[in-house]
Amino acid sequence: MSQFLSMGGYGGYVWSSFAIFAIVLALDAVAPLLKRRRVLRDLRGRARRAQKRSEETA
Amino acid sequence: MNPLVLWFHKLGSPPYFYRLAGRLLPWLWGLGLISLAVGLYGGLVLAPSDYQQSDAFRIIYVHVPSAWMSLFIYAFMAVNGFIALIWRIKLSETLAMASAPIGAAFTFICLATGSIWGKPMWGTWWTWDARLTSELVLLFLYFGVMGLYQAIEDRRQASRAAAFLALVGIVNLPIVHFSVNWWNTLHQGSTVRLFGPSLIDSRMLWPLLVMAVATKFLFAASLLSRARVDLLELEAGKDWARQVALADGDAA
Repeated sequence: MSQFLSMGGYGGYVWSSFAIFAIVLALDAVAPLLKRRRVLRDLRGRARRAQKRSEETA
Repeated sequence: MNPLVLWFHKLGSPPYFYRLAGRLLPWLWGLGLISLAVGLYGGLVLAPSDYQQSDAFRIIYVHVPSAWMSLFIYAFMAVNGFIALIWRIKLSETLAMASAPIGAAFTFICLATGSIWGKPMWGTWWTWDARLTSELVLLFLYFGVMGLYQAIEDRRQASRAAAFLALVGIVNLPIVHFSVNWWNTLHQGSTVRLFGPSLIDSRMLWPLLVMAVATKFLFAASLLSRARVDLLELEAGKDWARQVALADGDAA
């Protein structure tokens, strides 16, 4: 196992490359989920305001 | 009308695309993660180490698929930008702009892992060689497209201006690809060839191809996920977007 982790002495280079790959792609996957929460919140606020306006005029 | 053309028109409608993408997404993520696991296991465990570079060569399994994706996504963005400019299809504008950050992410991975690979093999983190410089220009083109899109208030005008920039930047793609042939570079030439035999043992090649497939699926999943949100935002005043938000209200 430690032989596998050492990667023939290049462990630091190999694992940091794979870590960058994993972290950047994970961030790329999470970004639209966060934006989705924000957009849905805005949309619900917009719907509530529209309903209030229509109740006031009625 | 021809059923295929009819389907194409339907696909261009934001609510239809939103529902279709929502159904496809779990499959794309699933296939992406499975092929990623297979490719990583093959690349890190099953592939034999290189006779010259020992285990440092394994960086190829993240570096080269990312490099391929950086070019592939740029071409995808430019094609959608072209469609958006000519036919003013809203979906193409959204797809072009949603693919820019993903392409920038892959370009960044390519540059960062290449730099980490360069240190032990070339003795330097960075050199202003043709391949490295043109890939860096590609990253700046992605940033330019994203920046221009954010800088203009009207969303649709912004995406058309950014699409135009993306089209101009396409001239960089052949430069990146052929840079290793046109100039004397530190970077090695192509190892994997579409035409003719690849210069790599099949035990090392198959995990690389699996990783290439995995990154395609991950791109598709991220793209659809981003395009769905962007369409909701773009069509915030429309009835279908309100219904989606209200239906999702308890879940989120």
